[in-house]
Amino acid sequence: MSAPQRDVPGMLDSLFAVARRDLLLAWKRPGDVLNPLFFFAMVCTLFPLAVGPSAEQLTFSGPGVLWVAALLAMLIALNSLFLSDFDDGSLEQLLVSPQPLPLLAIGKTAAHWLTSGLPLVLVSPIVAITYRMPGSVVVVLMLTLTLGTMSLSLLGSIGAALTVGLHRGTALLSLLILPLSMPVLIIGANTVSLAAGNETYSAGVWALAAYAVGALSLAPFATAAALRISNE
Amino acid sequence: MEGVAMGGYAPYVWTCFGLTLLVLIINEWRIRVRHTSVYRDIEVRIKALEGHE
Amino acid sequence: MWKWFHQLASPPHFYRIAPVFSTWLLLPGLALIAYGAYAGLFLAPADYQQGDAFRIIYVHVPAAYLSMMAYMIMAVAGGIGLIWRMKLAHSVAASAAPLGAWFTFLALATGSIWGRPMWGTWWEWADPRMMSELILLFFYFGYMALRSAIDDTAKADKASAVLALVGVVNVIIVHYSVQWWSSLHQGRTIMAEGGPAMDPAMLRPLLAMIFGFTLVFGSLLLRRTRTEVLHRERRTRWVRDLILAPEGNS
Repeated sequence: MSAPQRDVPGMLDSLFAVARRDLLLAWKRPGDVLNPLFFFAMVCTLFPLAVGPSAEQLTFSGPGVLWVAALLAMLIALNSLFLSDFDDGSLEQLLVSPQPLPLLAIGKTAAHWLTSGLPLVLVSPIVAITYRMPGSVVVVLMLTLTLGTMSLSLLGSIGAALTVGLHRGTALLSLLILPLSMPVLIIGANTVSLAAGNETYSAGVWALAAYAVGALSLAPFATAAALRISNE
Repeated sequence: MEGVAMGGYAPYVWTCFGLTLLVLIINEWRIRVRHTSVYRDIEVRIKALEGHE
Repeated sequence: MWKWFHQLASPPHFYRIAPVFSTWLLLPGLALIAYGAYAGLFLAPADYQQGDAFRIIYVHVPAAYLSMMAYMIMAVAGGIGLIWRMKLAHSVAASAAPLGAWFTFLALATGSIWGRPMWGTWWEWADPRMMSELILLFFYFGYMALRSAIDDTAKADKASAVLALVGVVNVIIVHYSVQWWSSLHQGRTIMAEGGPAMDPAMLRPLLAMIFGFTLVFGSLLLRRTRTEVLHRERRTRWVRDLILAPEGNS
C-alpha cells in the first residue's frame, strides 16, 4: 500500500461522485422530482372525493391513504432511476469502473431517495393536516415514511435494474415491486394507525428500521447483479 | 348415501375436490399438448432443412 | 456420485430418463391420492366443530404446501443456475413457476370455498394465511411476467433467478408482517395453529394426500422440464438425431 494509485479515486469518493452527478441532473430537470409529488397530492385528493369528506372518515382512513399514495408515488419516480443512464450509455461506464458496483448502486439509490423519498416526507405533513391528523401522529407519519421510503428506494432499485432496457417496462416494474413492498406498507400504515389510536407503536418503527438496515445491506448486491445481467 | 351429502356441506366439499381434480387434469393436459407442439415444430423445421424423407 | 449428477444434468440424458422417473412418481402418487381422498371423504370421522366441511383440508393443505414448495424449488434452482451456470436448473425454475402458480390458485380457491360455510364470507381479509397466499400468487405473476418480457433466454434465466432469490427473503417477511397485521385486526383462521393432536384416522389420509400430491407434482415438473429442455436445445445435434432416428418418438 506504499504507492497508492493516484488516478483511481477512493471508494467513498466514487459513491459521492455518482450521487452528486444524479442530484445535479435532478436539479436541472425539476420535473422528474415534482411530478411524483403532484401525483402524491392528487391521489390524496381523490380519496375524500370518492369516500366522502366527513372528519371521522378522514381520520380513520388518513394513515392508509397517505401511505398508499406515497408508495405509488415512489413507484412512479422509480422508472427514471437507471433509464437515462441506460439511454446515454453512462450505465456501461459504471459497469466497467474499477469501483465495486454495489457501492455505486448505493450512490445512485441514495440520490434517488433524496429526490423522491425525502420530498415526499417533507410534503406529507401538509396533506396530513388536511386529513385532520394531530401533530404527534404527523411526527410518527414522517418517521415511518422516512424509513419506509428508504426501503422502497432500495427495493425499487432491484426492480429498476432488472427491467432497465426492456420495452413496456413500467407496468412490469409495478408488478415486480408491489408484492415486494407489501410488508413496508403493512408495517408503515398500521404503525401510524396505532399512533392515531393512542396505542403503543414503537414496535412498528423498530421493524421498519430493521427492514431499512436489512435492505441497505442486501439490496445493493442484488441491484449490482441485476445491472450486470441486464447489460450483458 | 348419507356420506355423499357431507352433513349439508356437500356443495362446498365436492366443489373443492372437483376443482382440485380439474387443476391436476389441466396441468397434465397442458404438458402433453405443449410437448407435442414443441416436438412437431422441431420435426417440421429439421425435416425441411434436410430437404428429403 | 458427482459424475452421476453431472450425467443427469446433461440435456440428452435427462430427456431420455425423465419419462421413466416421471412414471415411477406418478403411479404411487395417484394411488396415494386415491386412498387419501377416499379415506378423507368417507372413513375419517367428521370434525366435532366444523362437521364434514373440515374434509376440505384434504385438498387445501396439500395445495398450500405445494404452492410454497414450488416456490422454494424455483428459487433454489435459480440460485444453482446462477452460481454453477447449470442450464438444466434454469429449465427447472422456468417450469416450476406456472405449476406453483396453479397450486397457489388452488389453495386460494379451496380456502375461499371453505371460508364460506365457516366464516360466512367468501373472502376474509384478516386471515393471515390467505393474505400470504394471495401475495405469493402476485409474486408468481411478477416472476412469469419478467421471464416472458425478456427475449434472450439466458438473460431471462438470470434476471428471474435474482428476482426469485430476492423473493425468498420477501416471502418470509410477508409471512410475519401479515401475521402481525392480522393480530391487530382480530384475524380469524380456519385451521387451529398447530392445534391439539389430530385423530389418527383424520391425520393418516392427510399425510397420504400431502405425500401423493408431492409425488404427482414431481412427475408434472419432470415432464414440464423435459419439454422445456427440448425447446431450448432445438438447434442442437442431439435433438436433430433424436428426431431423425426412426424409433425416436415423443
